[in-house]
Amino acid sequence: MSAVDVIGVSKSFAVKKATVVALDDVSLTVKAGEFVSLIGPSGCGKSTLLRLIAELDSPTSGSIAVFGKTARQARLDQSYGIVFQSAGLLPWRSIAANIELPLTLHGVSRTARRERVAELVELVGLTEFASSYPEQLSGGMQQRVAIARALAERPGLLLMDEPFGALDEMTRERMQAELVRMCAETAAAVIFVTHSIPEAVFLSDRVVVMSPRPGRIRAVIDIALGDVRGEKLREEESFFAGVTAVREALHGAPESTAATNAARGVDSR
Amino acid sequence: MSRLRAVVFGVVGIVLLGVLWEAYKAFGPAAGFSAFNTQLLPRTSDLAMPHLVDMLTRTVQPTNSSADSQPVWLAVALACLSSLGTAAVGLAIGAIVGFGFALLMLRFRIAQAAVLPWLVLSQTVPLIALAPLIVAWGGRIQIGAFAWDRWMSVAVIASYLALFPVAVGALRGLQSPQVAHVELMRSYAAGWWTTLVYLRLPASVPYLISALRLAAASAIVGTVVAEVSTGAKGGIGRLIIEYAQSGSSDPTKAFSPIAGAVLMGLAAAAIVALVGLSLGRFRRNEVAT
Repeated sequence: MSAVDVIGVSKSFAVKKATVVALDDVSLTVKAGEFVSLIGPSGCGKSTLLRLIAELDSPTSGSIAVFGKTARQARLDQSYGIVFQSAGLLPWRSIAANIELPLTLHGVSRTARRERVAELVELVGLTEFASSYPEQLSGGMQQRVAIARALAERPGLLLMDEPFGALDEMTRERMQAELVRMCAETAAAVIFVTHSIPEAVFLSDRVVVMSPRPGRIRAVIDIALGDVRGEKLREEESFFAGVTAVREALHGAPESTAATNAARGVDSR
Repeated sequence: MSRLRAVVFGVVGIVLLGVLWEAYKAFGPAAGFSAFNTQLLPRTSDLAMPHLVDMLTRTVQPTNSSADSQPVWLAVALACLSSLGTAAVGLAIGAIVGFGFALLMLRFRIAQAAVLPWLVLSQTVPLIALAPLIVAWGGRIQIGAFAWDRWMSVAVIASYLALFPVAVGALRGLQSPQVAHVELMRSYAAGWWTTLVYLRLPASVPYLISALRLAAASAIVGTVVAEVSTGAKGGIGRLIIEYAQSGSSDPTKAFSPIAGAVLMGLAAAAIVALVGLSLGRFRRNEVAT
């Protein structure tokens, strides 16, 4: 069974009498355990698509299934974990208590919670910070806590909305490598929104390239650089080939107007 | 180091005020200064401006000439305690009702549109106009052994003043969580009450503390003014009037209850600050990411 099936989804917003089409007839399937990145310039609807899958918003038309269930049921069943651009940790809760939050809300017993939190802080390498508070951690560490929190209930699907967007380049690359390792350990499918081409290529099995106004899928590029991805990979030919393929899909559109639109807002990190 | 400086500056400020008082008394014109039949500067006689030392001495002397009379400071302290108790009851009622309003406004947007203007309007009604009304209404309440007492009217008036800052502050606090936090709770399929308990309530604590500080000051002012206007016995408001009436024969006595009221206000602020300290966990600054 596939993790996510998006079929013919459109989403429009009413903005001051005018209607903005954020997504226009988008279809996408994500297999279980697959890592898929959504990339595109601002306004291409990549975050909107993620929010629809998370059922933080509902589509104007089309259908979304998560593990064969409706998006709403999937949310109620906690079939996914979500990570936002801001870590969104509760400042009055310790790191352990933050990771524990979803478990607490869903009535997991105290001993089970403690065990799971111990596993998770280990997974994200923050064991010694378990009793610290968010303000005492750097941005990268906070984001790792957010990832641990999203993984707390062992979801089959992880939704990430530009999770490393606010981090500096060095921290960002380290976090990417760690994410690859964590995904290998948890075997969860990941939908990862980004506007960094190297990030998408490094992380993904497939990169979905989107274009704006209206938001559409322009191309889907298979990457799959292997299960073991170290820092060396960033200097290899296969990596560059992936980057070039994604960049050409983003910029080298047949219609020249769309190409200039796409070029704006994309920083080629 | 900065704390020491704050203390030093505070003390210097008080001393400066005393020096100013005594200096004006020593060097100011004896008849004061008036222009166009309006007194602009006070007279410097012992009747209008007693020496600070005399005021302090008066506080340790008996209240009146009867044999079992308490010293003034004790009478003032007891009156302050009585008023503080009334104000605390008023603050508690005001805080609970105000928080209830905030919850209502949070839950139903329509309630916010309906209630908030009335709350703002309510604060423009002069306290003095309200006092006789509440006393009159209260006087009709009698349930079994329970009979309405004057101090209860005072507490109700104090709560009326305390309600507003709590309602507004609590609403702001309850609405303070970031969008990401609210959506996170939604992704956890958390309902309104769960979101309230785990997210909105803890997030509102810093707002609540500063609202309570304002509300405590309002409750104190409300209590003193209401005691004066309802004629409730035993409180500091009554004592201020009583001692002021003996002003011509005993001018130094009138200043003790005023100082008492000031100290009472400080005590109330300190109590709220202590409550705030115990909730320090919820007052960590929001992390910047």
